[in-house]
Order: sequence, then C-alpha cells, then structure tokens
Amino acid sequence: MNRLKPSWQAVLAITLCLIAVALGPIAAPKVDALAQPSGTLIYPYVATNWLIFGVLLLVALITMARIPSVVEAVVLFIGAHLVAWLLIGGIAGFEGLARAPYFLLLTGAWLLGWRCVAVLSSLRPFAKWARTALRLIIPAIFGAWILIIWEAVTRGAGIPFILLPPPSAIGARIAGSLPVLGADIRQTIFKAVIFGYVVGSGAGFITAVLADRVPFLRRGLLPIGNMVSALPIIGVAPIMVMWFGFDWQSKAAVVIIMTFFPMLVNTVAGLAASGHMERDLMRTYASGYWPTLLKLRLPAAAPFIFNALKINSTLALIGAIVAEFFGTPVVGMGFRISTEVGRMNIDMVWAEIAVAALAGSVFYGVVALVERAVTFWHPSVRGG
Amino acid sequence: MDTFRDKLIPVTSILAGVVVLWYVFAVILNTPFQRDLDRRANETSTFSELIGKTLSQPKPTLPAPHQVAVNFFENTFLRPITSNRSLVYNAWVTLSSTLLGFAFGTALGIIIAVGIVHVATLDRSLMPWIIASQTIPILAVAPMIIVVLGAIGISGLIPKAMISTYLSFFPVTVGMVKGLRSPEIMHLDLMHTYNASRAQTFWKLRVPASVPFLFTSMKVAVAASLVGAIVGELPTGAVAGIGAKLLAGAYYSQSIDIWSALVAGSVVAALLVMVVGIAGRLVDRAMGGRPA
Repeated sequence: MNRLKPSWQAVLAITLCLIAVALGPIAAPKVDALAQPSGTLIYPYVATNWLIFGVLLLVALITMARIPSVVEAVVLFIGAHLVAWLLIGGIAGFEGLARAPYFLLLTGAWLLGWRCVAVLSSLRPFAKWARTALRLIIPAIFGAWILIIWEAVTRGAGIPFILLPPPSAIGARIAGSLPVLGADIRQTIFKAVIFGYVVGSGAGFITAVLADRVPFLRRGLLPIGNMVSALPIIGVAPIMVMWFGFDWQSKAAVVIIMTFFPMLVNTVAGLAASGHMERDLMRTYASGYWPTLLKLRLPAAAPFIFNALKINSTLALIGAIVAEFFGTPVVGMGFRISTEVGRMNIDMVWAEIAVAALAGSVFYGVVALVERAVTFWHPSVRGG
Repeated sequence: MDTFRDKLIPVTSILAGVVVLWYVFAVILNTPFQRDLDRRANETSTFSELIGKTLSQPKPTLPAPHQVAVNFFENTFLRPITSNRSLVYNAWVTLSSTLLGFAFGTALGIIIAVGIVHVATLDRSLMPWIIASQTIPILAVAPMIIVVLGAIGISGLIPKAMISTYLSFFPVTVGMVKGLRSPEIMHLDLMHTYNASRAQTFWKLRVPASVPFLFTSMKVAVAASLVGAIVGELPTGAVAGIGAKLLAGAYYSQSIDIWSALVAGSVVAALLVMVVGIAGRLVDRAMGGRPA
C-alpha cells in the first residue's frame, strides 16, 4: 500500500475510462458500421481507439505510483494533452456524431490535466526562475484546457457554427482577415483610444493637482468624482456622436470623459498619501510647495496614479468600442462587432473580441511594466 | 455642522457652477443652428431674444438643464407607468435585469472566492485569469451573448442579466478573496488552538471578517451591473429600457430624451449604490460593529 498514492482525480479518470469502454464506440458512425459488417462505412478512431484508452489508463496508473513530482507532472502533462489531441483530431469530419464515451474520455483527460496542475502547484522549487516559470505555466495549462474543452465540446456535440464557433475556426478567421482587423485596430485604438486616454488622464491629473492646491475645490470635487464613478457614463456616447460626428473624434471624447474621473479621484487620494513625518522633513529643508510636490508628494502618489492608469486602460477600450455602436465610419472594432453580428458572421465577431482582449491585455501590461520601472521603491514591487 | 461647512457648501457651489457653465455652453452650442433658423425665417433677433430661443429649441445640440428637468419630470411623474415612454417603466426594465444579474454575479463571485481560498490548485490556476480578465473590454462581448442566447430561444431578461453577471462577479470575487484572507495569523492560530474544524474557521472567523469587503465590492459590482444592463440593451434593438431609450434618442436626434434617460440612469445608479451602502451599514451594526 505504501507504493501507491491514489488521487481522486486519477481514480475518477480510471472509472470514467472503464465506463467509456463499457459503453462501446466513441462516435456514432462506428455503431452503424458494426451493425452492417459487409458495408464499407468510414468511421473515426479506427487506429486510435485503443490508444486513447491505453494512454488514459496508463497515465492514471503511473500517477498513483510513488514517483518524483516533476516526473509525475510531465507524464500527466503529456498524457492528458495526447488524449485530448487524439480525441479532437479523430472527430474531424464527424462533427456532432460523438457518443457518451467521447465526453467521458474528455472528462478523464481533463481530470488528468487538473491533477497535473495540482501536482505543479504543490511544487516548491528553490530556484527563482523555476518559481517564475511555474507561475506562468499553471495558469497557461488552465487556459489551454478552457480552449480544449471548448473545441472538443463544440465539435463533438456539433454545436451550430452560428452559436459558438470552435476556437480553431476563430484562429483561422483571425489569420485570414488580418488586414481588416489591422484597419479596425488603427481606427479604434491608435486614433480614438490613445488620444482620449492621454487627454482624459492628463486632464484628470492636472485638475487633481489644482484641486489639491485649493482645498475648497477638493472638498467639492471629491464627493462628486466618487459619485460619478458609479454612474453609467457610457451613456454619453450618443451625445458625443451627435456633437463630434461619426469619426474617431466622438469616440475620443467619450474616452476622455470616462477616464477623467478615475484619474481625478485617485490622484487626489495619492497626493494625500505622503506621511506627516516626510512632509515635516521637507519643511525643515525649507522646501516650498513645488519642490515638495515634485520630490515627495508626486512620487508618493505614483502607485495611486498608476492604479488609475490601469483602470483607465480598460475603460478607454470599452468606451471607444461601445461608442462605435452608435455610429461610425465603416471601420472600427465596435462597428465590426455590431455589423458582423447582424450578418451572423459569428466567427468574425469572436476574432474581433479576441483581438480586443489581446489589445486590452497588452495595453494593461505596458502600463504595469512602466509602473514597475517607475515605482521600483514600492513594497509591492520590491517584495514580488 | 462640520459636514455642512466641509462638504455641503463646496459640493453645492461646484454643482451650481456646473449648472451655470451648462447654460453658457447651451447658449454657445445652440447659437449657430438658431442663427441659421432665423436667417431662413428672415428674422433678426436681439441678443436676449436669441438667448431665449437657444434655450427652448425642440432638438437642441445641448439642451438646457431646465428642458431636461421638464422632460424628466413629465416622463417620470405625468405619464402612466405602463406607457413605454414612461421613464419609470424603462428604468424598471433595466433595473430588473440589473438586479437579477447582480444577484447571480454576487453569488458566483462568492462561490469562486470560496473555492480560490480553499483549493490551492484553483488559487494558482484561476486567480491569474480572473485578474487578466479585468483587462479585457468585456462589454464588447455584450452583443455576442445576446445574439447567441437569442438563437437558442432565450431572449428578454436573461441575456441582459448575463452581461450584468459577467461584469459584476469580478469585483466581488477579488474583494471576497481579499476579505476571506483578511483574518490575521494570530486569529487563525487561535481558532487552531480551539481545535476548530475548517468549516468552523470558515463560518466563525473568515465569513464575518469578509463582510466589510463584500459590501465594498458589491457597491462597485452593482454600478458595473447597471452599465452591463444598459449596454446590453444597445445592440439588440431592445424595445424598452434605458439603453433602448438612449439608442432611440440617438436615431431620432431627440437630444432632450437622451439627456433625461441619462439622468434616469444616474438616479437608478445612485439609488442602487445607496441601498447597498445602507444594507452594509445595517449588517455591520447587526453584527455588533462599532463606529470607527
């Protein structure tokens, strides 16, 4: 008993695998083929049927043995993805004809993937690079499995293309319509978002410094700013489109309004963040308002300002895309999404969403990197 | 008395300044169109007549505050609630999907947070995605969800509520993970010395500690939920709701209608945040919290 360490994932995977064997063929055509032996029906999983069962069972059994965690993780990683690959590869050409064993095997593979993540997250390597790698690999496997299950289920169950295209089709669509996507990105992001983001955040920052200088203004603006952050500001989009026309200027205006208040509130809070002790020290150095602002209070406010910049990076994209729902020239991400939905080109919509997600993450990532470089002294950066 | 001097006076004076500026801009922005009208009618109006006219156009570029107020009052109090022009009716349509989505989102957020706090695998694999998902312009998915669900025959309240759910569960998850982890080592050790089980530690220490975090994040979530419901009404050609009202106003250039729909949305948002805040204070008091 000492040599075995059964995990519930492995046990459950083996059980599912055995049920799948008992239930018979993985896909429906094989049932027909077996029913009429003389016929020449083509059916999937001719060569790989037993390979799938074999790999799944073998990997599940191996993980129960007492082997080093790293080896176990590698075996699980290869096994789980091999099974998924064989399953998805085999169903090609027979979409929508999968039977219950297909989904049982998929669940089994997913359980092995889960076990792999569990093993990986229990690892506590000493080397710093290994810890960093683990921090990236674990969520990556999780994300990959979302895509795998999405692909396998949409194709296995034959979900209509219009409802939910498989990720591979979306990927093909992205690769096939790069010029269109590029033009949309240029219109929405490089014209509307960047301009609005810079102007809106800049205006919020300047207003905050002004409000900090005039206490009356601060007491009046801060509650209003907090209030406004709860309001559906996105609703000004139609008004801006009316005022500034269909081109990118109206979208930039929406972005300016949306990014102004988070920046204002956060910067005002940040300017109050420097401690009394430090401010007193600056006073003993006989430094005036401006040196204190530049050398003490703005650096102390930097984490708050970057927080606002991060919030704004998402808000800016949302503002620009939603504003395009109200009317645009025939280019732009929001325009593309709303028209392709109308034309039932759902894969194009998903492609646009994927690109928007990627652009949003890159935007956020750039701000976060700049933050790390600028606020290198902050405990949250030093500690991590 | 202090709140009166420190808060009320500055806030009201700044709001008054905004209203004055609004009037000034209403005159400035509406003047070109009014001059155009006058020229066509072969009229020459004096300066004061011009100002009067710019503030009473039927479809102004920027409606004056009193026009919006009159429109808002008419559509809120004077129309029968069942009329589809009534703002109360439209606000209710939006509010119902907001509340449904908010309830789902809060429940989902709490469940995910509990999972993340208790299962190490979820913490390391799911948490990065939750944080990353905040960088994604989720609202872009809104038309998608509505069309997809509409194609399988689900329409009306549920798709909009799903967008609200999607938007509102992130803040709750992040806030609750922080809240459930907020008990200090000392308190956890104390529970350990009492030989408390995991469930007991959870119910008697972690949950009470997380309540303030829950209500703070619920305030953010309810505002996000309302935005989700409004945007969810945009691309579908929904017949009712604040978002539909905005879209209809944009199509027919009824600028006063747009503004009063915006005001209605803001009132709903302020009420929702206020209700959550009051609920938070009541729960805090019922749990024996002392005013800090």
